[in-house]
Amino acid sequence: MRVPAVLYGDERLIAEMDDKVLEQIGNVACLPGIVDAAYTMPDAHWGYGFPIGGVAAFDPDAGGVVSAGGVGFDISCGVRTLLTGLRRQDLEPSKEALAHSLFRTIPAGVGSTGKIVLDEIEMDRMLEGGARWAVGQGYGRAEDLDRIEERGCMPGARSEAVSPRARHRQREEMGTLGSGNHYLEVQEVTAISDDGVAAAFGLARGDLVVSIHCGSRGLGHQIGTDFLREMALAAPAHGIALPDLELACAPIRSEIGERYLGAMRAGINCALANRQILTHLTRRLFAHFFPEASLPVLFDVSHNTCKEEEHEIAGKRRRLFVHRKGATRAFGADHPELPAAFAATGQPVFIGGSMGTPSAIMVGPALRPEHAFASSCHGAGRRLSRHQALKQWRGRQVVDELRERGIIIKSPSMRGVAEEAPGAYKDSTAVVEAAHLAGLSRKVATLEPLICIKG
Amino acid sequence: MTKSAGGSAIETHAELFPHGADVGVRGIGPTRDSAFEQAALALTSAVTDPACIASQEAIEVTCEAPNDAYLLLDWLNALIYEMAVRRAVFGRFAVSIEGNRLHGRAWGEPVDRTRHKPAVEPKGATLTALEVAIRDDGAWVAQCIVDV
Repeated sequence: MRVPAVLYGDERLIAEMDDKVLEQIGNVACLPGIVDAAYTMPDAHWGYGFPIGGVAAFDPDAGGVVSAGGVGFDISCGVRTLLTGLRRQDLEPSKEALAHSLFRTIPAGVGSTGKIVLDEIEMDRMLEGGARWAVGQGYGRAEDLDRIEERGCMPGARSEAVSPRARHRQREEMGTLGSGNHYLEVQEVTAISDDGVAAAFGLARGDLVVSIHCGSRGLGHQIGTDFLREMALAAPAHGIALPDLELACAPIRSEIGERYLGAMRAGINCALANRQILTHLTRRLFAHFFPEASLPVLFDVSHNTCKEEEHEIAGKRRRLFVHRKGATRAFGADHPELPAAFAATGQPVFIGGSMGTPSAIMVGPALRPEHAFASSCHGAGRRLSRHQALKQWRGRQVVDELRERGIIIKSPSMRGVAEEAPGAYKDSTAVVEAAHLAGLSRKVATLEPLICIKG
Repeated sequence: MTKSAGGSAIETHAELFPHGADVGVRGIGPTRDSAFEQAALALTSAVTDPACIASQEAIEVTCEAPNDAYLLLDWLNALIYEMAVRRAVFGRFAVSIEGNRLHGRAWGEPVDRTRHKPAVEPKGATLTALEVAIRDDGAWVAQCIVDV
């Protein structure tokens, strides 16, 4: 290994980690140009090449690489949380109707399409403009952009680096949620851990928020497919011996490395535009039920990316390409890249739950420099495989049990619900606690689901 | 069913195997072509029950790759692409491989969410656990993990 591997977590979380996590992060630590250490977050689990919950940074001046496997297929998958200004009691009379209408409004699940069909010119504009393009098209408000990483538009996107197949897959998928673990949830703030930060974020116990978890849809999936193959085959020509083919990578300063960065950044913009359109659809529907609710964006964070950032290594500032695969950026207070609204607190960090399990809002650390290239966890990770979950639960049973707890699940696929049963996931509480104690990010609020639209 | 070199029967079948948050697809058969067909069937079974898919329409896929493993990767990814852009599912496959070139056909129909109850959409076939090999009993195995 060129650098050490550092695992964050408590004794039990680390003991329960699949052996593959150790093998995979060890492989990451062998890649050219890696800096400082290869890290895993407390929710780390077996992924492809990189473990999910893996963080690694590479220096282009030291032969550093960019890895399509280090970003994954669901480029810029992330979470956006909207404030509603509503309380639990406001929802109750309309809860069933709202759930039904959300299910009809938000395209979710296999085969679903959005109402926006992009021609080639608009596709280029979307890929280079991200959420800024979406707001320009009338999907949202200008002030939303200040509450999105990169102000809603990832610079350096190269639409021409995105293949015709990737474009074709995305043509009818703008404003769609996808399937698997993606969701739109109406959630209640059930506990506050940091009153000051919660107030700064506009959160109080009993408030309702909406969280949207999805990514760059078919476009990102195809970019991942295209470049994984190309990078794996080109690795020997770059003098890179891959310990695992899925670590497919190329020097940052190579034709393919630069082309991937351009395409991947276009994928980030696609995800930002997608969550922006879903925000617009959600707002329009909420306005029907709650005309006073404007649903401002709290923040939008991605957890599958590679971003060029400046970090201090051994007292020296260096420009690095930070891969976060199933890990959230967690800039601390006063970080120059944060919007003014979060200068005093640090950036919001969202930890997703699964239908019946709580989600969490955290915040970047109070002290800088942050740990692990300013990164934190993104979820709980699976405890059981999809196959094991199917053996253990029926979708209807999961829906009925959650309804008894006051949680309405709407999904086009009962098999999908069974595969995503809350019991198939680890308890996110331990993950959040470990991240808090390690100083990766700080606890702010706990969210419990009330309505879940599942793909 | 075909007899292996040792005289035992090689059963043609498709199966899923676990991988954390995602799923492994594996095709087994007496020939490389049949193993590829079964791997495609396993891919479909991650989404829906192949038995409930009508063979309404056929598509053709051609791939070329430097070796068998990449050929399997390209075959499965070509199907994932066709499933995505046609919003279709496929329940029957025919593969013919000559050298490093694959010609495949897939029969299926548009997704019917009521009848097919699709569970997940495949994002892409990965290089993880990617393998095309002949087992000791003579059976061909074609497998990889699919991100869903």
